[in-house]
Amino acid sequence: MIPAQFEYVAPTTLEDALQALADAGDDAKIIAGGQSLLPVLRMRLNAPDVVIDLGRIESLRGVRDDGDAIVVGAMTRHADVLTDPLVRENAFVITKAVEVLADPQVRHRGTFGGALAHADPAGDLGAPALALDAEFVVAGPRGTRTVAAEDFFVDLFTTALEENEILTEVRIPKRAGWGAHYEKFVRVAHQWPIVAVAAAVKVDGGTIREARVGLTNMGSTPLRARAVEQALVGQPATDEAVRAAAASAAEGTDPPSDLNGDADYRRHLATVLTRRAVLAAAGA
Amino acid sequence: MTVDGASYTDDVEPRMLLVHYLRERLGKTGTVVGCDTSNCGACTVHLDGRSVKSCNVLAVQVDGGEVTTIEGLSQGGELHPMQAAFHECHALQCGFCTPGMIMQAIDVLNDNPKPTEEQIREGLEGNLCRCTGYHNIVRAVQAASGQTAVPAAIEESA
Ligand SMILES: Cc1cc2nc3c(=O)[nH]c(=O)nc-3n(C[C@H](O)[C@H](O)[C@H](O)COP(=O)(O)OP(=O)(O)OC[C@H]3O[C@@H](n4cnc5c(N)ncnc54)[C@H](O)[C@@H]3O)c2cc1C
Ligand code: FES
Ligand code: FES
Repeated sequence: MIPAQFEYVAPTTLEDALQALADAGDDAKIIAGGQSLLPVLRMRLNAPDVVIDLGRIESLRGVRDDGDAIVVGAMTRHADVLTDPLVRENAFVITKAVEVLADPQVRHRGTFGGALAHADPAGDLGAPALALDAEFVVAGPRGTRTVAAEDFFVDLFTTALEENEILTEVRIPKRAGWGAHYEKFVRVAHQWPIVAVAAAVKVDGGTIREARVGLTNMGSTPLRARAVEQALVGQPATDEAVRAAAASAAEGTDPPSDLNGDADYRRHLATVLTRRAVLAAAGA
Repeated sequence: MTVDGASYTDDVEPRMLLVHYLRERLGKTGTVVGCDTSNCGACTVHLDGRSVKSCNVLAVQVDGGEVTTIEGLSQGGELHPMQAAFHECHALQCGFCTPGMIMQAIDVLNDNPKPTEEQIREGLEGNLCRCTGYHNIVRAVQAASGQTAVPAAIEESA
């Protein structure tokens, strides 16, 4: 199928894009990489009057060093995030998640900001962003505001973004020297996870000093496994200790039941994948 | 846009997909559509040097861009080495997945000229084949990367 008719605008500056969004009212859609939007339009699940392409706005692309944080432009393609040395050094769990996100062709088109703005509960970038305390920089008609990851993800496919706002970049506090892993459980190649776990840990002399654990597809938004994080601190990076801490991974979650598995199965997966992710992150 | 080395200027409806532009406007029917969900990879082409699924890109997004399709690979009547390797290693049965498979296989080698078998399989993750079981496809990519003995016939035709 092909999409319904729409008008297409391709601004070259953020200001022009915001203006186009304001002019179009509520029947406009932004297109970034199009890897989630085009399937939706082709299935006619949505039929906007105007489609605004961010693909020609150079300032939204690329990763830069900003002191104690790295800043990833919303239009940075997955493939470029994957090979970026700043991301690898300071936010390795993101590198690990992008490595297993979709397939090479989709990674060549899809963008960091597009995936986060899409807010698919099974999307692979939400849990790592949440686990790393990322901040979302959002531009709108009244200027720029910053939204904490905790507040950005509101519900299934719903973020704190207003209709007239554009996500411009994501700031991620640096965590150099942390170990990280993204453990994704899928049944078929290049697909969204049934459950996945993002883990980043700071290990010093065999002891876990700090830990961040994010869960994918264990509720309507990405979630932090705070009970696990707390239980890990001060523990040795051993199978026994990590297994005990991971047992509480499903605490406070509300996983879906679907054809891939029911909620109980997902709760079980969360504990198993958390153990694997933390052990891999700790290099144990 | 530039397609297979030739420049084209057209007015198209914004909703036209790149794959339909290639097939219906330019007559480049070598690029095929195999699914409705952007899963199969049969429509893979190179856009500005990187593989993309042309069913999941709007033609207007490619304004000013450079596209290479399966039809642009052979030079002077000679098969591209990857095409020759697919031919030689019997890497196709019905052939429907082949145009996309070859375009993606070339992308894999552009990224990494000497991939391991596992890296080849990961690189072809977004391309489905209903016939071959993938084994000979992987062999073809290994042959094209010069990592397995290339049968004489490949050397001659390449
Ligand atoms: C075959 C296939 C397999 C996939 N597998 C996975 C997978 O395993 N894991 C995974 O996480 N994802 C997967 N994806 C989705 C992929 O990650 C997409 O790239 C991503 O979800 C959307 O990014 P995009 O840049 O393509 O955004 P688009 O599709 O262009 O946009 C998505 C949505 O976000 C909005 N939007 C985009 N950018 C902005 C912005 N800057 N500001 C405000 N709103 C914005 C758009 O209006 C739209 O509603 C897959 C996609 C395909 C086709
Ligand atoms: S036709 Fe494009 S991925 Fe199947
Ligand atoms: S040869 Fe038939 S689908 Fe691959």
